[in-house]
Amino acid sequence: MTEIAVPHFKQPLLKTPFHERARAFSQVDSFIPWAGYTTVDVFTTMEQEYFAIRNAATLYDLTPMVKYRVAGPDALPYLNRLVTRDLGKLKPDRVAYCVWCNDAGHLIDDGTVFRLSRDEYRICTAERQIDWFLDSAIGFDVEIGEVTEQIAALAVQGPTSCAVLKAVGLQGVEKLKPFEIGYFALGTHRLTVSRTGFTGDLGYELWMEPVSAEAVWDALMEAGRSRGIRAIGSQALNIARIEAGFLLPNVDFVSAEHTIRTGRDRSPLELGLGWLVDFNKGHFTGRRALLTERAQGSRRRLVGLDIAGNKPAHNSLLYTDDTGKREIGSVTSATWSPTCKRNIALAIVDAPHFQVGATVWAEIYLNRELVWERRMSRAQIVERPFFAPERRRATPPAEF
Amino acid sequence: MAVSAAQSQYDCIVIGGGHNGLVCAATLARGGRSVLVLEAGTQVGGAALTREFAPGFRVSAGAHLLHLMPADLLRELQLGSHGLDWAAEGMTTTALVPGGARLWLTAEGAEHGLSAPDAQAYASYTARMRRFAAALVPMFSRVPPRLGKEGWADRLALLRIGWQIRRLGRRDMRELLRIGGMNVYDLLEENFESAALKGALGFDAVLGANFGPRSPGTVLTLLYRLAAESAAGGSGMSQPKGGMGALCNALAGAASAAGATIRTGAPVASILVEGDRASGVVLESGESISARNVISSADPKTTFLRLLGPRHLDTGFVRRVKHIRSRGLAAKLHLALNRAPSFSGVGEASLRGRLLIAPSLQHIEHAYNHAKYGEFSAAPVMEITVPTVNDPTLAPAGQHVLSAIVQYAPYTLKEGWHSGRQRFTDAALDALERFAPGLRSSIVGAELLTPADMEQEFRISGGHWHHGDLAFDQFLMVRPVPGAAQYRTPLEGLFLCGAGCHPGGGVMGIAGRNAARQVLAAGKS
Repeated sequence: MTEIAVPHFKQPLLKTPFHERARAFSQVDSFIPWAGYTTVDVFTTMEQEYFAIRNAATLYDLTPMVKYRVAGPDALPYLNRLVTRDLGKLKPDRVAYCVWCNDAGHLIDDGTVFRLSRDEYRICTAERQIDWFLDSAIGFDVEIGEVTEQIAALAVQGPTSCAVLKAVGLQGVEKLKPFEIGYFALGTHRLTVSRTGFTGDLGYELWMEPVSAEAVWDALMEAGRSRGIRAIGSQALNIARIEAGFLLPNVDFVSAEHTIRTGRDRSPLELGLGWLVDFNKGHFTGRRALLTERAQGSRRRLVGLDIAGNKPAHNSLLYTDDTGKREIGSVTSATWSPTCKRNIALAIVDAPHFQVGATVWAEIYLNRELVWERRMSRAQIVERPFFAPERRRATPPAEF
Repeated sequence: MAVSAAQSQYDCIVIGGGHNGLVCAATLARGGRSVLVLEAGTQVGGAALTREFAPGFRVSAGAHLLHLMPADLLRELQLGSHGLDWAAEGMTTTALVPGGARLWLTAEGAEHGLSAPDAQAYASYTARMRRFAAALVPMFSRVPPRLGKEGWADRLALLRIGWQIRRLGRRDMRELLRIGGMNVYDLLEENFESAALKGALGFDAVLGANFGPRSPGTVLTLLYRLAAESAAGGSGMSQPKGGMGALCNALAGAASAAGATIRTGAPVASILVEGDRASGVVLESGESISARNVISSADPKTTFLRLLGPRHLDTGFVRRVKHIRSRGLAAKLHLALNRAPSFSGVGEASLRGRLLIAPSLQHIEHAYNHAKYGEFSAAPVMEITVPTVNDPTLAPAGQHVLSAIVQYAPYTLKEGWHSGRQRFTDAALDALERFAPGLRSSIVGAELLTPADMEQEFRISGGHWHHGDLAFDQFLMVRPVPGAAQYRTPLEGLFLCGAGCHPGGGVMGIAGRNAARQVLAAGKS
């Protein structure tokens, strides 16, 4: 096993290979730290960027996503013991969204697993967790190393994204099916393209060497000019991902490796990710605990909420009725959905109140010119995702 | 495809024919289970066996004194009728002191050379430590309680421990809680003047441990030993006739008489898993044998990481197993002598008991200092027995065997045991020669077992006698690790019964018996 030590301590925040381009494009100078990098929160206005995701094409720098290379004869058995999904079914050049748990069956993190070849995989995830990955490798013939800094990554998302990629010269990119990986050349630059994303829309993620970053950015901006391309920051992406029903670590759940208080860990069953758990593939970490949870029933569930009114239910507590006497959960992510025209949220709700169709009440606080008002709003538990357009799956995607 | 009960060849397979494995097998067989014991070696005994180390000379290759096996266990298994007899009982301790003086410690008290204040302090100290040890006894014989569970049995067990300590009365309880976390160096300094007495009493706190007398928690390890002796019936140290192997032979006899099958020369390669439960074992020969339960007396690292394999376990559990501190520091020195050894000032009565080379706490601490940095002790400390004085059958007529536990000999010696072996043997012989001038000239054969050798011969990961340090964070409900501390393991049908479990090493047998009871209880539910 090898481990790549990166001297992060020498520089509090690193710059991604796209940083100079992002700085030039930024109008409001709004940067935020993300996983050790300085990244853009908003370029122009959040609304403008959000609508570009849903109506045109967008560039989003996701280089800070933590990336691990997993390779060796035991790579597959290793990963199958690590994650809850059966990766035996994952073919080369395919991607799978996965979660992994601790012994108690509680989520450590989620991420995407790329099968690059027979015995080589890449895990993309939000948090650094080399210690968990290495401890999971005890007894397996597998090499694990962090490659975050060796790979620049750019998400190209939105209805015109495929057209942009074709215009820039990625011949055949339209044939990529969801979760498929393809290899392309852009001039002298080599690109790995996966049809993946965090917007719930048509979109791709481009993986490249850091030296290619600026040239690829420039080419995409140029080719996308007539297709409404725009760089976006994390704020706009956050709205899109709530509409798509995707979870954000440390927002919708806290890694079981980081929680201190009891009862703050979340299992995949509680997070509505039971479809990612394959009990028939053999042993994986957390399996025995999850079997027990499945037999006994989950104590809470992450659900989608459709809330009356138009005020986002940020951090709201949830109750059984509008008297607010019996607390049954809380909101983890909330937004007004501009596309659905609905007031939506993700929330954790205690058993047995989490059934789809059930009504709960959200306590929403409104700051009206420095005077706080409290409003109890009726909310209905609904299916996720809130927004799932056909175009996200259509192959080939529509022309623009 | 799960193996149904009817298809399994045995109810239980016990991996390892050491004393714990055999006690477990005998108890299971007496409970009506069909049992197969698989021992890797050519004879039963594990690290509690008697074997030849020089032509005509035999010795207990691991532990050489029996003082922790409960009297009721010996009775329950009727070991007397299976050939167990005693060469010596109620053995004394003699502390060797430079200059030919000595200190004789018996169950009744200390003799020779103690100052009046020390003699008085010794009496009250011994009585107090005995009371404390007695209060801790309930921790021993039973399955340790689980924490954070709602079970009444667990709560009751915790209450029982608390009640026993409370029953000591206010003064004693306060004193127990005061000294419980101390180091044995400070405790003995508080009580005594005599360096030799302090050395002798402190030695037992660090015997077989990864500690020096100044290490935190050494009062607890001493109390643990005393409590184990108390739980065993408090009849002191004894020497089985024919060495420690005779005990295991008797245990094997008891197990066989109860219906268990014992196979030697049958090393297990792996534990079989079907449908997420243990279903048998595969031998190194390739033969597979099915069973409804597999009970391993191998150490936890060997059981989980090698025989079962991490892929059947959760990462956090594997991490905990890997972190068990299990590197041995005790070596065993065996000498074949052509005449009886003569220790200055030590009469035959003393020679029938054990001799300690631990002339002061300072001396022990210095010996330990080396080990901390991967070196062996330049002036080692020792527990010495001359088993042939009590049992002449172990050597040719008129000749003798000296058996010594020598500390400290780190498992991972910086210079490596290839070159270190002779140099450490010399250091040990130098130390012996100081107290037994002329001993060297009587040596006709010698063997040093380092922890690395014990790992090889006894198949104990790290060569640790106790399969893991006996220390506060590896006691009771966290021994060997949370998730396997009640002899059960995360894998259904797989149990542990070795020294790596509560209450730990020493030739005790309690782990074997407790594990068997858990298996029997699991079968009922």
